[in-house]
Amino acid sequence: MLDDKDRIFRNLYGQGDFGLEGARSRGSWDGTKAILEKGREAIVAEVKASGLRGRGGAGFPTGVKWSFMPKAVGDRPHYLVVNADESEPGTCKDREIMRNDPHLLIEGCLIAGRAMDCRSGYIYVRGEFIRERQRLQAAIDQAYEAKLLGKGNVHGYDFDLYVHHGAGAYICGEEMALLESLEGKKGQPRLKPPFPANMGLYGCPTTVNNVESIAVIPDIMRRGGAWFAGIGRPNNPGTKLFCISGHVERPCTVEDAMGVPLRELIETHCGGVRGGWGNLLAVIPGGSSMPLIPAHQCDELKMDFDGCLALKSSLGTAAVIVMDKSTDIIRAMARISYFYRHESCGQCTPCREGMGWMWRMLTRMAEGRAQKREIDMLFEVTKQIEGHTICAFGDGAAWPVQGLLRHFRPEIERRIDEYTRNADRHDRVPVAAE
Amino acid sequence: MANRRLAPPNLQPKDFAFTAENAVWAKQQIAKYPEGRQQSAIIPLLWRAQEQNGGWLPEAAIRHVGEMLGMAHIRALEVATFYTMFLLEPCGKKAHVQVCGTTPCMLRGAEAIFDVCKARIHHDPMHVSADGDFSWEEVECLGACVNAPMVLIWDDTYEDLTAESFEKVLDGFAKGQPVKPGPQIDRQLSAPAGGATTLKSVKV
Ligand SMILES: Cc1cc2nc3c(=O)[nH]c(=O)nc-3n(C[C@H](O)[C@H](O)[C@H](O)COP(=O)(O)O)c2cc1C
Ligand code: SF4
Ligand code: FES
Repeated sequence: MLDDKDRIFRNLYGQGDFGLEGARSRGSWDGTKAILEKGREAIVAEVKASGLRGRGGAGFPTGVKWSFMPKAVGDRPHYLVVNADESEPGTCKDREIMRNDPHLLIEGCLIAGRAMDCRSGYIYVRGEFIRERQRLQAAIDQAYEAKLLGKGNVHGYDFDLYVHHGAGAYICGEEMALLESLEGKKGQPRLKPPFPANMGLYGCPTTVNNVESIAVIPDIMRRGGAWFAGIGRPNNPGTKLFCISGHVERPCTVEDAMGVPLRELIETHCGGVRGGWGNLLAVIPGGSSMPLIPAHQCDELKMDFDGCLALKSSLGTAAVIVMDKSTDIIRAMARISYFYRHESCGQCTPCREGMGWMWRMLTRMAEGRAQKREIDMLFEVTKQIEGHTICAFGDGAAWPVQGLLRHFRPEIERRIDEYTRNADRHDRVPVAAE
Repeated sequence: MANRRLAPPNLQPKDFAFTAENAVWAKQQIAKYPEGRQQSAIIPLLWRAQEQNGGWLPEAAIRHVGEMLGMAHIRALEVATFYTMFLLEPCGKKAHVQVCGTTPCMLRGAEAIFDVCKARIHHDPMHVSADGDFSWEEVECLGACVNAPMVLIWDDTYEDLTAESFEKVLDGFAKGQPVKPGPQIDRQLSAPAGGATTLKSVKV
């Protein structure tokens, strides 16, 4: 298990003061001026050396992303946008950062802003996080008051930070939809290219990063990239917030080292799977967009990008959804499809129509009210969606269904058989067709 | 995609204007965005309008906010109908309950919470209870999955619910004395019940 001295989120559970004084006692805002004075190249180099990979789902190296921003500021200002939309089912880590240790994020924004020559940043918080938004704003107000932010601050680098919010749309977590929404429009993703580093917010160079990606930056700068890179496995370094939900004894959010074995994660922090490890049916390792992993592959699973990839899934946001043997796996996945049907922004046909197809087929399959050839048809539908849409939402909705078909096809077939057998029984009450 | 329409004309108030206090606040919001980009403020302003109007957003408010920001009415309508937190019809006066029904909450018993809503408020979502005090709807993941099942009522979440503790939450709103928000079991926010497994040597 990760040593306490290597933890970044030292007020994760909110036992201490979220405000400036508490944050300072935990080491925030210490020597920030010296960090900023290292200059743009040195900060980016340190973040690259840390090996930090984006915590918003895709795992793109943060330092590399920052280096895509134009080298000099032209006639268009540069923007930092923080993605605090946190809506991927299973994910609830950014919430803890914003309400319990917001100064980690705020100081991180200033450093990231310096690293990309941004003079302002927007934090886009999901609409439902009302208390979290208030906390974050209160902390920013404190930072302004203490002259840590704003014009003429003590760090000698002018930087303004604003809190913005959405109003309930998962798709606004997708970076291009987020920018549209921040501009005051419907949150419908734009086609890429152009990429945000060239043409983002208000047509200006912009970088979008996840809350956790930014909140770990001050510690990386203070303790050194090598310290961060030394935790976990090569290519998958650092500490990570894991959110473990579902059928464990004690669900929780916890910071641990990347690469921690799934079983250790669950048994150390969550009191194990409900009914014991042997009662495990499957896990979704990284938020609902990622394919599930069946129990027999879970023994060896290491919780990092490469570990999940080896089992044809992904670490995503590290939101581990645990399902024990009492789970109706088809219904559980049908509910995920319902989520995607509800949240599609509707501008691409394969996504808008495909989400409904998948949900309706899975709902029937959960009852067994389907034909076996429809299983292949459902797979075909997922393939028609995957890779054929404007944004990655389509892929993220298709993959979990593909995962179900890959690992639980016999269960779907069994249910269809059972339904068919029951069709001949005389005590069944007939139901009218739709 | 959600299919969302404005409330019928007989429910729509004729006009809407921000209170003096909210009008000042709105100006501050608009100032967060660069010159000429005041449209960016539409979501925060619509949200404040909804709060001022008792929890739902009438057409007059959408029109008012759009005009404040120099937007064509259709653009403001697009925003109001796209984002599902804007309630386009009246909701319960004492509590509008948003129950998370997404898989992590479903796995931990969200069904029981829906049953209470159906029995106690109305059989159907988005219907106000007979006394006008309560309404409920099913929403998608609210970002508190390790504290499932949970609901959002106005500004606060009520977490780690059972049918019994959820009844108590509703009782609190009925009496006008809401219970303490957050986990409804003995638990420090998102730490494992029974005590954190980490951070034991860290002083906060
Ligand atoms: C449908 C969809 C939803 C997303 N939701 C989020 C989200 O809620 N939070 C987030 O940080 N990233 C989300 N992302 C990823 C963002 O597009 C983007 O890659 C990320 O914010 C980049 O930050 P990072 O490099 O720090 O990870 C989502 C992506 C897609 C396709
Ligand atoms: S894939 Fe879906 S969510 Fe993404 S742009 Fe297309 S319709 Fe919208
Ligand atoms: S699934 Fe209910 S809060 Fe995330």
